[in-house]
Amino acid sequence: MAALIKGRRVVTESPLSPKDKVVRLEPADDPAAVSLEGVTRVEVSFPKFGDGRGYSIARLLRSRYGYRGELRAVGHITRDLLFFMESCGFDAFELREGENPHEALASFEDFSDSYQRGYRRQPPA
Amino acid sequence: MYLYDAIDQRLVDERVAQFRDQTRRFLAGQLTEEEFRALRLRNGLYIQRYAPMLRIAIPYGLLSTRQLRKLAAIARKYDRAYGHFSTRQNLQLNWPRLEDVPEILAELASVQMHAIQTSGNSFRNVTTDHFAGVAQDEIVDSFVWCEIVRQWSTFHPEFSYLPRKFKIAINGAKADRAAVGVHDIGLHAIKQENQVGFRVLVGGGLGRTPMVGFVIREFLPWPHLPTYLEAILRVYNRYGRRDNIHKARIKILVKERGAERFREEVEAEWAHLKDGPATLIAEEVARVEARFTRPRYETLKDEPLAGDAAFMAWARRNVHAHKVPGYAAVTLSLKKTGVPPGDVTSDQMDAIAALADRYSFGELRVSHEQNLVLADVRRRDLAALWREARALGLATPNVGLLTNIISCPGGDFCALANAKSIPVAQAIQERFDDLDYLHEIGELDLNISGCINACGHHHVGHIGILGVDKNGEEWYQIEIGGNQAPASLGKIIGPSFARADIPDVIERLIDCYLARRDSEAERFVDVVHRIGIEPFKESVYGRAHQRASRSHREPALA
Repeated sequence: MAALIKGRRVVTESPLSPKDKVVRLEPADDPAAVSLEGVTRVEVSFPKFGDGRGYSIARLLRSRYGYRGELRAVGHITRDLLFFMESCGFDAFELREGENPHEALASFEDFSDSYQRGYRRQPPA
Repeated sequence: MYLYDAIDQRLVDERVAQFRDQTRRFLAGQLTEEEFRALRLRNGLYIQRYAPMLRIAIPYGLLSTRQLRKLAAIARKYDRAYGHFSTRQNLQLNWPRLEDVPEILAELASVQMHAIQTSGNSFRNVTTDHFAGVAQDEIVDSFVWCEIVRQWSTFHPEFSYLPRKFKIAINGAKADRAAVGVHDIGLHAIKQENQVGFRVLVGGGLGRTPMVGFVIREFLPWPHLPTYLEAILRVYNRYGRRDNIHKARIKILVKERGAERFREEVEAEWAHLKDGPATLIAEEVARVEARFTRPRYETLKDEPLAGDAAFMAWARRNVHAHKVPGYAAVTLSLKKTGVPPGDVTSDQMDAIAALADRYSFGELRVSHEQNLVLADVRRRDLAALWREARALGLATPNVGLLTNIISCPGGDFCALANAKSIPVAQAIQERFDDLDYLHEIGELDLNISGCINACGHHHVGHIGILGVDKNGEEWYQIEIGGNQAPASLGKIIGPSFARADIPDVIERLIDCYLARRDSEAERFVDVVHRIGIEPFKESVYGRAHQRASRSHREPALA
């Protein structure tokens, strides 16, 4: 099972409760077409390392469609992508097989600043 | 020269640390080839035909002598003591070792340089007019806008994994010397009722599907620049094709959607972003502007130049007007016959740095024509500078002429190339080594690419040469009538040629031009546009009936 980072901590997946509602978006999906009512987790899929569409999906979910629940990146994800992903609004990450999640945590601090306004990361309190 | 602030420096240092760790993990087997490829490319590192190639960013082509000396030292220490200036105003090292690259990047960071996003599917080096800030027809100093866009496009969280590479050019003067029409986005500064803004072009580019960009917006007031770029990029990032690398540039999306629909999508996206928090404010522009050092010009008068014929020939081609009286901009030609276009040795770099220190406030620019420019030379120093530059082999008076060839490194170095380009450039330079004849021919851009990726910009050469592969052999296709600005694309004149025939073919094209031109003022490209390519075809291949028999022979030759 892939390692999971949530809120900048390595966690084990907890089983879904009846209240949970999970939506999964593929890169070509339009986040505007999804009903976010009652959704507790949105999974955005990264089937390939270099496919950048999921970053825009995350950005739109957070900044335009007001989604505040868990936003999870799943698929081909290594620590090298965490900084940008978090900047776009992801707060949970399923790393690809073989990636050490404890070492990966350091990557949230790869950069201490960013040139882009409005993309500042919100580290968990 | 833009001077880093603490944040600029920290980000570059942090990037070095990040890449050092990525290289370590790759060598330890913790990153796959595919993953490391995407990561090393965005640090300028290619794995080439014979060795890695490292492309070092020279943002908008502006370089201090301290930086040039560092480049010379790096080329000496980690490479074979030379570098290649590319058409994207960058410097390429052809022989570094993979293991050394983190150390090279650390050395670069010590002089405010890097190799960030010089390759890979991300924003590339922002390019501009090499006479920015000194041109007489200046509207704005494009360096300031380049730096604003450089910052906006560096480590962009949302747009770092685009469908394909993305090139932005900014032109700040009346004349377009940045080729805005053949970039993914071209920004041409204009002033309307005293407000500065940009004409925004989208979807231009060379490569295997050359296209001239379309004007998506006639006038974008400057505060909206970041949000408008964001809107274009979001549409591209979401809908640009990712299934086929050859159809992944934004020009294909524009073509498939149609300009009008693409514009509507961008405008709809922009409606959400316009006037939002990313809108640029005057204080931010002033902050960036204040970080540029400016030459302290003396109060001088423009005096007419005088000297012997050799000096005057150089002054006519390689000395350019300056907005400050008593000053001139000078092109140091890297196009001496026998030297691969754009190549410079470490010793030459040091010598050029000394010239720039003495004659041009310690700064220089790299032009997209692969020459170097000293932008702020006192006119009274020109003769002394010329003598020194000539002694260094940097005073070939051929700027704008046929032998000022733009060429990619080609099959001698590049893994992608179908054919060599440097020997072709040399053969042409040798054939046309008579300066009087060159001046007689007048302005002519000749560009050579070793493959369809068009790094040598052959589509916008007045004469463009493209290396093609036919059953494992090198052949060369000729286009004529291309132009950089206003952008137009060349047309192929016919079947391709063996390398040895190229100088003859060029000579026949020139003969045809000289016979047909109205006056010396009518350039080669003007004649092609006036009379079409047919007379040139005839001059090269013979008349139609002769061509038919020739094309029968062609398969036998190929």
